[in-house]
Amino acid sequence: MSSSYLTPVLTGRTLLRANPVSKLFAAVVITVALMSSIDWVSATVVLGCELALMPLLGISVWGLLRRIWPLLIAAVLGAYGTALLAEKTGDVLLAVGPVVFTEGSVAAGIAVGLRALALALPGIFILLTTDPTDLADALAQKLHLPHRFVLGGLASLRLVGLLVEQWETLGLARHARGIGSDGSVVARTRNLLGQSFGLIVQAIRRATRLATAMEARGFGGGTRTWARASTYSPLDAVIAVVGLVVAVGAVTTAVLAGTWNFILT
Amino acid sequence: MTPGLVPPQGAVHVSARGWGWRHAGRKAFAARHLELEITPGERVLLLGASGAGKSTVLHGLAGVLGTQDEGEQEGELLLDGAHPASVRGRAGLVLQDPETQVVLARVGDEVAFAAENLSVPREEIWQRVGRALDDVGLALPLDHPTTALSGGQKQRLALASVLAMEPGLLLLDEPTANLDPDGVLEVRDAVVRVLERTGATLVVVEHRVAVWADVVDRVIVLDAGGGILADGPPGTVLVQEATRARLADAGVWIPGWRPPVGGTLPSSGSGPALLSARELAVARTRRGPAAVEDLAIEIRAGEALGITGPNGAGKSTAALTLGGLLRPRAGTLVAHPGLAGTAGSTPHRWRSPQLVQRIGTVFQEPEHQFLTASVEEELTFGPRRISDTVDTARIAELAERLRLTHLLRANPFTLSGGEKRRLSVATMLATAPRLLILDEPTFGQDALTWAELVTLLRELVDDGVAVLSVTHDADFSDALGGATLHISGGAGRLVSR
Amino acid sequence: MASSPAVQSTARGTGQWRVVDIVVASVIAVAVGVVFVGWNVGYSGISVITAGFPPLAGLYTGGWLIAGVLGGLIIRKPGAAIYCEVLAAAVSALIGSQFGVSVLLSGAIQGAGAELVFLLFLYRRWNLPVALLAGLGAGLALAISENILYNALWTFEFKLMYAVLAAVSGIVIAGLVSWLAMRGLARTGVLSSFAAGRTADL
Ligand SMILES: Nc1ncnc2c1ncn2[C@@H]1O[C@H](COP(=O)(O)OP(=O)(O)OP(=O)(O)O)[C@@H](O)[C@H]1O
Ligand SMILES: Nc1ncnc2c1ncn2[C@@H]1O[C@H](COP(=O)(O)OP(=O)(O)OP(=O)(O)O)[C@@H](O)[C@H]1O
Ligand SMILES: [Mg+2]
Ligand SMILES: [Mg+2]
Repeated sequence: MSSSYLTPVLTGRTLLRANPVSKLFAAVVITVALMSSIDWVSATVVLGCELALMPLLGISVWGLLRRIWPLLIAAVLGAYGTALLAEKTGDVLLAVGPVVFTEGSVAAGIAVGLRALALALPGIFILLTTDPTDLADALAQKLHLPHRFVLGGLASLRLVGLLVEQWETLGLARHARGIGSDGSVVARTRNLLGQSFGLIVQAIRRATRLATAMEARGFGGGTRTWARASTYSPLDAVIAVVGLVVAVGAVTTAVLAGTWNFILT
Repeated sequence: MTPGLVPPQGAVHVSARGWGWRHAGRKAFAARHLELEITPGERVLLLGASGAGKSTVLHGLAGVLGTQDEGEQEGELLLDGAHPASVRGRAGLVLQDPETQVVLARVGDEVAFAAENLSVPREEIWQRVGRALDDVGLALPLDHPTTALSGGQKQRLALASVLAMEPGLLLLDEPTANLDPDGVLEVRDAVVRVLERTGATLVVVEHRVAVWADVVDRVIVLDAGGGILADGPPGTVLVQEATRARLADAGVWIPGWRPPVGGTLPSSGSGPALLSARELAVARTRRGPAAVEDLAIEIRAGEALGITGPNGAGKSTAALTLGGLLRPRAGTLVAHPGLAGTAGSTPHRWRSPQLVQRIGTVFQEPEHQFLTASVEEELTFGPRRISDTVDTARIAELAERLRLTHLLRANPFTLSGGEKRRLSVATMLATAPRLLILDEPTFGQDALTWAELVTLLRELVDDGVAVLSVTHDADFSDALGGATLHISGGAGRLVSR
Repeated sequence: MASSPAVQSTARGTGQWRVVDIVVASVIAVAVGVVFVGWNVGYSGISVITAGFPPLAGLYTGGWLIAGVLGGLIIRKPGAAIYCEVLAAAVSALIGSQFGVSVLLSGAIQGAGAELVFLLFLYRRWNLPVALLAGLGAGLALAISENILYNALWTFEFKLMYAVLAAVSGIVIAGLVSWLAMRGLARTGVLSSFAAGRTADL
């Protein structure tokens, strides 16, 4: 795994300028709307809107597919699982021994698959358009989450990104000490586990030292100021409204279409 | 008091009254019986043997040693009469290793971090950031990533991030370790510039005294057994015969003196060739740019070779490649039968157990190579990979000579900087390879361990081992003799003696 | 000379988080979060295998619960399990998870499952049985929330079976593995600033 996952190249200039809180807000309302019901109409509406907004991400279709293919597979499998297990209503479409698909169960499966995909995409939007430092600034200044935790989390995000890079060096060092990655499959697996454990040990080690360095620079007190103000702009209002519109639109359409299927009932 | 004698605004007064600290899990106190008064604005160079407790004292002054759970405290250590931890921000500490103290992703944010923690108003933060970066001479855009910095730049960044606190007490723990000679002077001058402007009190720890001797007012030498060995102006402590002798005995580097080393200066290699490189290009990553190209070098048994060059020139990359750890980017690297034995002539294809018997590589960063939970296991680890019987006498001798015996049960990660370095060298000596590659083997060493290390290496060379060392330490290169490969600007040049 | 207590000024009730607690907890969480991404991808693979009988996937869920149990066991402060589990979930969501932002909710619920067990023992006991119980707590919390949020359309028997398997997985993967990991880490000495590193029987 490359560290580029933790410090991705940010794209989508417009969204990059927005405050992370507004993006988070939009993602959350859409997610809440999606999660409240399992039906194909609300899922399709949200998914459609998300796809329509994809150009804002500023990456190619290929780039996007490379990133989200595991999500696609997961969605398909989720759909299949539900089709197999849901209540067998409607006509039987396929029956092989105990494996039975009916119209009802397949429809349920499709709904679950679409919903899974629609649920997954907001995370990608935030990932590709949000700088972690901006996110931390916003969480602490706008949402007033405890700054020690926000900054601790931010520092460790960076640290782990570095450690992923360190993986290679650690491998070299182990090779030099006589326990490198050669030999049988069993030996390789053992070495891989050993190296992973070594990496975690180093991560904790560095975290401990980083904590000392942070304290040595006055971190840990009750209050602090912020060198960079996290601010809202009209763009943030637009993003929040778009999020709300998508969420409300999905729910309304589903209710009107009569497919609304609240999960707590 | 005449106006000229009024201490500069904000400089801190330090006093220690019978202060001591014992790290949890250790029987011995790291520092003890410390009686000290440092007046505001004084510039102090803190010396002492490796493991004498210098870093511990600095951590104590910065208030970051922790609570009862992390150790036991004796006596008192006070900044302007208050506990260091209760006046965080008065003291700014630059840790021994600049690499591990970067908190944030951008240079500007990193420097601003401390000021934010001290609740400095926003406009003033950015003024301070600009000033701190100017002071240390780091002319980079504020959004420059903190990962993309050379060794010297990282050191300056660490300094700048502490300066932005405008501390009344500046604490520096070996701020020039691992820097090339130019970088050392630049960083020192940056510190002096800042002190002239702010008048802050300074306590700097450094093994190589010469760099700081001219710019400090006072030298304090810690006794490894507790208490203070010498205290006074550099002109006295470092010059008077009586103190010089005492310091030399304790392993403190004093200007104009080099510790006596045993063994003989190795003659240039006359043994069989072990490893030769032709048109070798080395690179850190598979696809990234090559660090050095067109290297030609031949390493013979019983020969000492040095690699020198500025920070970031590619010395470590070249060393790792010669050590069979990185695949050469281009050119040939051939291990001759004298080294390779039955293992084939391409070192980077060797399996780990084959490699440890033939080439021992000590990394620049000691912690990367630690694999076990105690110094003793660490020393026996390599030999166990090679054979079932471990030569315990040799291990014991190594530990004794490199002053690790009292630490055999300690955890490698809790050692002092110099102790870690010695351990990592010792682990490689323990496997008795035919070729030793050492990346900065002497950094952070006091004069005694330095001399012991040189003696050990000379003996090895005498026995026919080849020693290749990457180093900024000119004394060390002199003491080992042999040719030097000087790397800079992407090319290497062999300088014979 | 009498030893005086070190630095009194850093308040240090059992509940107070020190800076080192926060940073190490975060690093553990982020590291586990990165592993989650791999675990998520693996889940797709596992779903293919368990497709014949999806409740079996419950056996796989323990991996998602490690952050909370491990964080709790190492940091030993109120809130550690929830904080670690939520942060790990957030990291996996950011890197790209098929569960999107909703993992934040799942993380909070699962972390709370483990946290509740630690709370029941008043943050005083950290032995193997407590670790296993915390894994069980997290597993049950996961099962309940997953059954409501994702498996809602399954029939009741399947949901029940899923819950039982998730509980088993929680005990074994989250409970046992976290406990072993905690012990292994303690043995390396990196936890020396934590009670976990000092009290583990080495
Ligand atoms: N975190 C720790 N836990 C346990 N022991 C420690 C710890 N840090 C340092 N020590 C021990 O305390 C003693 C003093 O260490 P310290 O780092 O203060 O030495 P130093 O004078 O700075 O040495 P060096 O010049 O090698 O850096 C050493 O014996 C070291 O092994
Ligand atoms: N792990 C790494 N991954 C990628 N590039 C690296 C890595 N380590 C070093 N580099 C880069 O490779 C080049 C050569 O680095 P190298 O560490 O070999 O220099 P050096 O001469 O040993 O410097 P120093 O005196 O500071 O140790 C530098 O430009 C450096 O930024
Ligand atoms: Mg030190
Ligand atoms: Mg180097």
